[in-house]
Amino acid sequence: MFTPVFSCYRTVQFSYEGESIVGIAEFFQHLMNGLTLGGIYALIALGYTMVYGILKFINFAHGDVLMVGAYVGLFLFDLLRGSSPLGLWTITSFFLAMIISMAFSALLGMFIERVAYKPLRKATRLAPLLSAIGVSFILSNSAAWMFGTHSRKFNYPFDNTPLHLGEVVITPHQVLILVVSLAMMIILKLFIDRTRMGKAMRATSLDQGTAMLMGINVNRIISLTFAIGSALAAVGGILIALDFKVYATMGTMTGLKAFVAAVVGGIGNISGAMFGGILLGLLETFGVAIFGIPTGLKDTIAFGVLIIILLVKPEGLFGKVEKEKV
Amino acid sequence: MFNFFLLILIYSGIYALMALGQNIITGYGGMLSLTQAGFFAIGSYATAILTTRFGWSFWGTLPVAFLLSALFGLLIGLPTLRLKGDYLAIATLGFGEIVRNVLNNWDSLTNGPMGIQKIPMPILFGYTINPYKKYAFLFMIFIFVVIAYLLFQRLARSRMGRALTAVREDEIAAQAMGINITKYKVSAFILGASVAGIAGSLQATFTLSVTPGTYTFMVSVMVLCMVVLGGMGNFKASILGAFIIQFISYFPQLTGLSGSIPAQFQQILFGLILVVMMIWRPQGILGRETRRYGSASGKSKGGAQ
Repeated sequence: MFTPVFSCYRTVQFSYEGESIVGIAEFFQHLMNGLTLGGIYALIALGYTMVYGILKFINFAHGDVLMVGAYVGLFLFDLLRGSSPLGLWTITSFFLAMIISMAFSALLGMFIERVAYKPLRKATRLAPLLSAIGVSFILSNSAAWMFGTHSRKFNYPFDNTPLHLGEVVITPHQVLILVVSLAMMIILKLFIDRTRMGKAMRATSLDQGTAMLMGINVNRIISLTFAIGSALAAVGGILIALDFKVYATMGTMTGLKAFVAAVVGGIGNISGAMFGGILLGLLETFGVAIFGIPTGLKDTIAFGVLIIILLVKPEGLFGKVEKEKV
Repeated sequence: MFNFFLLILIYSGIYALMALGQNIITGYGGMLSLTQAGFFAIGSYATAILTTRFGWSFWGTLPVAFLLSALFGLLIGLPTLRLKGDYLAIATLGFGEIVRNVLNNWDSLTNGPMGIQKIPMPILFGYTINPYKKYAFLFMIFIFVVIAYLLFQRLARSRMGRALTAVREDEIAAQAMGINITKYKVSAFILGASVAGIAGSLQATFTLSVTPGTYTFMVSVMVLCMVVLGGMGNFKASILGAFIIQFISYFPQLTGLSGSIPAQFQQILFGLILVVMMIWRPQGILGRETRRYGSASGKSKGGAQ
C-alpha cells in the first residue's frame, strides 16, 4: 500500500498503486504532503533569492549551510534531550536546538561571505561562483570526514502517531513543518517590509551605489542578508531532516530544487520564492502520485520545471523584466 | 609502482580531454558548466552499451559518444544560454545528477547500480590495445590529447575563438559588433560537452566496466579545478592542471599513506584550491594565453597597422 519514495528515506508520501480515480481524501492527502515539502523548499529558496537580489550571484554553498544546520540541530537536540521521555522538555529542546543552529548557521554564512566572496566583489563574474563551489565542496566533504558518510535519523521530539481527519492522514511532524515554515516566512516578510533594516535591504538590492550614498552601510546589509538566509536554511535543514535523514550530501539536491523554486518565483523576488517553493513541492508530490512519474525519477521534476520556465518565462512568475542599459 | 605511475598518466590524459572541453566553455566562453561528469557518463555508457549489447567495435562507438554528448549539450545549452545570468551553472548541476539518477534506475538498459562489465578491448589493425599492458593504451590516449589540443588551439585562433573572447569580456559590446552571442556560446558548450563524451568512451574501454558511481559531481569539480589551477583560457595550462590534480588525487596511494589520510582529503583540497586560486591568483599557474597581432614590438613589417 505505501510505497516509499526512496527506500533509504523515511517518507511521508503515500502513493496508492493501481488506483486511477483520485478521491477527495486522497487529493487532500497529497496536498498536505506537497505543502509540507513546499514549505521547506520555500524557506531554502529565500536564501538564494535574497543573495541573488543583492549580489547577483548564485550562492552554491547555500545547500551545504543547510546540511551544517541540520547536523548542528541534530547533535544539539540529542544532547539537550538526553534520555528524557517525549514530552514538554523534548519539544522545548527541539526549539532550543533549532534556535542555536540558526545562530550558528548565520555566523557560518557571514563568515563564508567575509572570507570567500567579499574579496571577489570587484572580480570577474565567474570568480565568486567558482569560489562558492569551492566552499560547497569544503563544507560537504568536511562533514563527511567528521561525521561519517552514513545517514543519521533525526528523532521526533513528540509522539508522531498519525492523526486521522476523516480519511486524510496527517502526522504531527507535518503540522510542525507547516507551522514553523509559515511562521518564518511571515516574520521575514514583516522584517523586510516594515523595519528600517528591511528597507535598507530593499534599497541595497535595488541599487547598491545609491544605497551607499544614502548612508546605508552596504557591507553590513550584505552580511545581514547572508545571516538571515543561512538561518532560514538551517531551519529548512532541520525540518527536511525530520522528513528524510541527515547526511553530508543532503544539501546538493535540496539546494538545487530550492534554487529552481527561486527561479520559478522570479529570482530576487522574496514573495516569489515562497510561492515558487510551495508550487514546486506540490508539483513533485502530485507528479509522482497522480501523473505517474516513476518515483526513481522524482528528482527530475524540478529540473524539467526549470527548463520549461526558462524557455517560457525566464524572468519567473513574479519577476520583472530588467531592461539593460549600457 | 611504475605501473601505477602509468595508470596515473593514463587517467591524467583522459581528464585532460575533459579539461580541454571545460576550458573552451569556462576559460574562453566565460560560462560555468558543472557537468563534464554527465557527458563523461554519456560517452562511457554509449560505448559500454553499444559494444556489449550490439557488438559494435570501440571505434564505431566513438562518433556515437561524440554526437550523443553534443545532442544533450544542445538540449541544455539552448534554453539556458539564451538568457543572461548563470542559469547554465544550475541547469548543468541538475543535469549531472539526473544522468546518474537515470543510469541508476534504468535497469533494462544500464543494468542499474551494478553497471556493465566485460567491455571489449579496442582493436586497431588487428592489434589489441590491452589496457593491462599500459604502454599501448597510454600512447593511444596521448594521440587523442594531442589531436584535441591542436584542434582546440586552432579553434581558439579562429573567428570563433575571437568571438568567444569578445562575448566573455563584454556581451553587449560583442552584440553591437554583430556577434551572435547565443550561437557562439551554445557551440562552445556543445564542443566542450562532446570532447567529454570522447573521454568517457576512452574511460569505458580502459576500465572495461562502467558503474554509475564513477560519474559523480566530484568528477566535474575536479575537471573545473584543473582548468582553474592551470589557468583559464590556456589549453596547455588545462593539460598541466589535469596532471597536477590527478597526481594530487592519487597522492595517498602513491606514497602508501592511504591508511592515514582520510578519503575526503582530496576533495577538501580541491575546494580549497578553487577558493584560494580565485582570491590570490585568479589567472592560474600559467595565466591566460595572450596573442599579439603583429610583431612583439608592435610594429610589424606591413602587418597589422
